[in-house]
Amino acid sequence: MRLTKITTVAAVLTAGAAVAEIVAPGDVVFDEYGAIEKSLTGVAGDPANGEKIMVTKSKGNCIACHEVTALDYAPFHGEVGPILDGVGSRWNEAELRGIIAFAKMTYEGSMMPNFYQVEGFIRPGDGFTGKAGTEPLPPLLAAQEIEDVVAYLLTLEDE
Amino acid sequence: MKIKTLSAIAAMLVSTPFVAVADEADKDANLVVNGEVELVTRAPAPAHLEGAVDEVISGWLFRTSETQSLQMDDFDNPGMIFVDQAMDDWGTAVGSEGKSCADCHGAVEDSMEGVRAVYPKWNETAGEVRTVAQMINECRTDRMGADALGYTSAAMARMEALISMQSRGMPVNVAIDGPAQETWEWGKELYYTRTGQLQMSCANCHEDNYGNNIRADHLSQGQINGFPVYRLKNAKLTTPHGRFKGCVRDTRAETYGTGSDAFVALELYVASRGNGLSVEGVSVRN
Ligand code: HEC
Ligand code: HEC
Ligand code: HEC
Repeated sequence: MRLTKITTVAAVLTAGAAVAEIVAPGDVVFDEYGAIEKSLTGVAGDPANGEKIMVTKSKGNCIACHEVTALDYAPFHGEVGPILDGVGSRWNEAELRGIIAFAKMTYEGSMMPNFYQVEGFIRPGDGFTGKAGTEPLPPLLAAQEIEDVVAYLLTLEDE
Repeated sequence: MKIKTLSAIAAMLVSTPFVAVADEADKDANLVVNGEVELVTRAPAPAHLEGAVDEVISGWLFRTSETQSLQMDDFDNPGMIFVDQAMDDWGTAVGSEGKSCADCHGAVEDSMEGVRAVYPKWNETAGEVRTVAQMINECRTDRMGADALGYTSAAMARMEALISMQSRGMPVNVAIDGPAQETWEWGKELYYTRTGQLQMSCANCHEDNYGNNIRADHLSQGQINGFPVYRLKNAKLTTPHGRFKGCVRDTRAETYGTGSDAFVALELYVASRGNGLSVEGVSVRN
């Protein structure tokens, strides 16, 4: 009886701790170039899931704008942004996290969306319905999804 | 300045041939309809676009040669059926006054010649800029005692198509100064406003990235000289506001209403970006 109680308390504490680790969009700290040093979740990114997010239209949809040779199997790469081949050699983890979460902090005026921004939009919509949405909106990618994408991008190194 | 440079670098980085191109466009084609009507699909940009683009280009040039060819012969153009239907509408009396369009306007070929090319246009009586669609509805409600047509309805789109055909081959020439200027300025502001969760403006796609693919779509300049367009995608005519609505929605934004003051202003501005291109009558797009 007593033991069970303790376990329950411990479980609650752990869950609480995991939630507390997530850095909310408004609490993200940038360096002067827009990089984000601290992990958004404290949990290591999963590159396999990151790859999936990049090619999924309803998730990152990154290939809508970027070509990536390693993702050649997925249809229709766009040409709006640079090719991401070798991007893991060009940028470190903190820089990539900054670019994915808030691209406009690294590239002023960029067309690349801020995947972790939830408010401050002009005419925010409810997804793709064309109807009004209420801020804060859910971010385009969740904190852990961003970590997963960063982990995948770090595998794209120059040969 | 800084943004421009980065984009230019990005543009240089992206031109590689290895990705399957979904939509192979023939950019050097000439648009001649029925072997006789020559349409201008490239023109020097109007003065107000200085610093933005040098040349204005019809959306026709960004489509595949198969799609392009459908617009080169009225027998192949699936939009022409709707023009025939609208011709019937033109002569049919509707509403409490028992009048048809023809009763007041006579032959559409004469009375509507050149109208499409200069709209949206300042209307002195109304004291505001009006679209062709608004004029059609004004005649229906105020002069015929009939109901207004839905702003982007099939019946409206085909009447716009019939009227547009009477300007086919004429250069788009909307006025942006005088009393229309204020509306035009607002439309310009809307064109460059980055809406929605994706924070994108019309210019992000249609000024900075025309010629590039965004996923499977080959981006054009987003011109409306071809409107109404027959879209193969849904086998219907699409009006300018119908298209604007879809594009704004795709930025994950709350769209503006079709027929709203905002979209009228945007239509005037977008039309003015095509000054010099030919009115295409009814165009065909994917
Ligand atoms: C709407 C188009 C668009 C989408 C969608 C997009 N990007 Fe970008 N991205 C850009 C542009 C444009 C740049 C170049 C920066 C600039 O000049 O604005 C860029 C830059 C980058 C860079 C830096 C590239 C380098 O070579 O230095 C990375 C990394 C990147 N994007 C990753 C992503 C990932 C990952 C996603 C999906 C989660 C994504 N992008 C989605 C347009 C986009
Ligand atoms: C009772 C007579 C009458 C009928 C019927 C009528 N109109 Fe009109 N229409 C007018 C008048 C008068 C004007 C000019 C209004 C103005 O300039 O403010 C006009 C203007 C227009 C214009 C703008 C033309 C321009 O040169 O700027 C269009 C387009 C138009 N009508 C379409 C139609 C259509 C389509 C119908 C049938 C659905 C129709 N009208 C029926 C009287 C009529
Ligand atoms: C995210 C990119 C994007 C944005 C932002 C965007 N559009 Fe589009 N638009 C497209 C695509 C893709 C098409 C279909 C291919 C083409 O013609 O460019 C299109 C097509 C069009 C067309 C049809 C052109 C033709 O010849 O048939 C018009 C008109 C248009 N857009 C206007 C606008 C306006 C006005 C805005 C701003 C309110 C806008 N677009 C914003 C992506 C965009």
